[in-house]
Amino acid sequence: MTAAPQPEDDNPLRGPPELLGEFGEFGGRYVAETLMPAVEELARAWPKAWADPTFVDEYRAILRDYVGRPTPLTEARRLPEAIGGGRIFLKREDLNHTGAHKINNCIGQVLLARRLGKTRIIAETGAGQHGVATATACAYFGMPCTVYMGAEDVSRQALNVVRMRLLGAEVRPVTSGSATLKDAINAALRDWVASVADTHYVIGSVMGPDPYPLMVRELQRVIGDEARAQILDRIGRLPDAAVACVGGGSNAMGLFAAFVPDAAVKLFGVEATGEGLQGRHAATVAKGRIGVFHGMRSLVLQTDDGQLLEAHSISAGLDYPGIGPEHAHLHATGRARYLGISDREALAATELLARTEGIIPALETAHAIAALPAVIRELGPEAVVIVNVSGRGDKDMHTVMTHLDPATLALIDEAERGRKAARAAHHGAAGHGGGEGLIVDGHELRAERKEGA
Amino acid sequence: MSAGVDRVAAAFARARAENRAALVGYLTGFDPDRNGSLERIFAACDGGLDVLELGVPFSDPTADGPTIQAAMTRALASGATVAGALALAAEIRRRFELPIVLFSYANPLVSYGPERLSRETAEAGADALLVVDLPPEHAEVLRGPASARGLGWVGLIAPTTTPARRARVLAASTGFVYAVSLTGVTGAPLDPSDPALHAGLATLRSASSLPIVVGFGVRKAEDVRALAGHADGVVVGSALVEAGARGPAALGELVKTLRAGTLRA
Repeated sequence: MTAAPQPEDDNPLRGPPELLGEFGEFGGRYVAETLMPAVEELARAWPKAWADPTFVDEYRAILRDYVGRPTPLTEARRLPEAIGGGRIFLKREDLNHTGAHKINNCIGQVLLARRLGKTRIIAETGAGQHGVATATACAYFGMPCTVYMGAEDVSRQALNVVRMRLLGAEVRPVTSGSATLKDAINAALRDWVASVADTHYVIGSVMGPDPYPLMVRELQRVIGDEARAQILDRIGRLPDAAVACVGGGSNAMGLFAAFVPDAAVKLFGVEATGEGLQGRHAATVAKGRIGVFHGMRSLVLQTDDGQLLEAHSISAGLDYPGIGPEHAHLHATGRARYLGISDREALAATELLARTEGIIPALETAHAIAALPAVIRELGPEAVVIVNVSGRGDKDMHTVMTHLDPATLALIDEAERGRKAARAAHHGAAGHGGGEGLIVDGHELRAERKEGA
Repeated sequence: MSAGVDRVAAAFARARAENRAALVGYLTGFDPDRNGSLERIFAACDGGLDVLELGVPFSDPTADGPTIQAAMTRALASGATVAGALALAAEIRRRFELPIVLFSYANPLVSYGPERLSRETAEAGADALLVVDLPPEHAEVLRGPASARGLGWVGLIAPTTTPARRARVLAASTGFVYAVSLTGVTGAPLDPSDPALHAGLATLRSASSLPIVVGFGVRKAEDVRALAGHADGVVVGSALVEAGARGPAALGELVKTLRAGTLRA
């Protein structure tokens, strides 16, 4: 059956409704009928807003004056020596307000929600970064905000829960399913099914039903547009490659978008192979199969019977069993290539970037850094490479310490033993010294390490 | 003996002839396990269902409320598969003549293979498909092969559906159309006497000659009674799943009570 194009479906960027797969055979609007009108409304409103100078000017002004754009393109000084050469340019999304690229998308979507007359915002979050960025945008605009977060993640990322609440958002823990990111998205979709009249759902990546993958890419392409202008200004030519980590894939699509038409610029997405492809991982391109999930047709980690598998990565931002449909398309057409980096390699790259450049990357970003040696091996030591530093590593310090820094833990243990000995000697007498805070932390840290063991 | 979309039509015609709405009941296959779900389904069919919606479990049922989510999680934990659900349908068909509609989400069904799914669904004696996240724009992948086997395709109309979309959904539907009673997920609270709901059903009635069923949030005989005059069938899902957890006898009793509510004044 081929329905005729309907007048209400006038998105000029897309063909008739039966061809909703925006990106080759990927994309589409696989949602319950209740949501279809809202998704159609967004698909109509988005291109109009994006073509409206008033909207775009307001978006850009907020990125400039509030988010802190443009972000620098920093040439790495000492990293190339450690990875076999190359000229490496770091696109510094870690310097954005809230510490990652996520805010670019949130500002744009909340602006659009206001334009649509929506009075309430919902979002999902895994590690909490998109939740914090959405809560921030809502605080900026004075909009009520509800963030769904898997109960597992609420306890793993308690500090981001505090941040969101401090910013005035309501955080709702999700206990269904695996109680992680995919279930948080399910819960947000269920909220939206019931609240669609007054609520906008700010999806945090280039995923979900059309027009989200397209819209989020456009709201993130400021990364690539800036980087392109910056590299041309700096060296007078385009780079040989652009590299970025991929969970759902929004920071990568934001960077890639500016270079996709330049066939000479190779595009590398880096996904998380977690504990290894034989174990628990989030390698959707390597191990996924075409499926329909969270409103889109894309590559999905699933059983032979079409049930979703739980993903795993040490970085919560890559811990998702799907991938944005445009990435699936870039993979299928060979325009971009997708490499895999394990938890251990990512941890090592975190330390490498910290020590060679004085930049502590998010664990997500560290996957992209860890892929650089392979990229340089392939393209040669003269290659010019832009890598997206999608976020900063502050949020990951607990994880880094438990996995990477036994020396610090040993130090804390030693201080703890010393405190106990001192207590025993003085029978709890006064005189707790300056080490108290550290020792108190030590209790928490040891407890966490046991859980992880 | 009719099958597929014809069997569906016959069931609605029979109910209409008895001046009542058809009672459509939803239960999840393999909840709590294979045999337990069969006992419950048999009890519900014996209790007087006119149409059975058999839930084929999916790991991420985004249109369902907590009750059916939990049922699907239990079912998957006890080994539910698409093939297993089709085998259940075949066992039900050996004992009962009522139409069986497979209720699920796109991924497990498409992953099984549209041709294979349609062939085996027909062979099992099930009659129609209801796929929550396949709107008409994307339905053809399953609807085409299913229609070729004589199976019905049940489209959904929501309170938010625009007139243009309604036409699209109706054009894709065979067997019957499912009117979602509320803007929300399955099992949410419903006011079955809401004049806006009745008006929506009347509008839909005037736009289609297919049987119309109304569901989401229907729990009690009074709810069924309040809706029986406004639709050709009334769907009860979460309330049956909850009653099933109290045992087949309790479920059978509830179905009898609900059935009494289908009679039109």
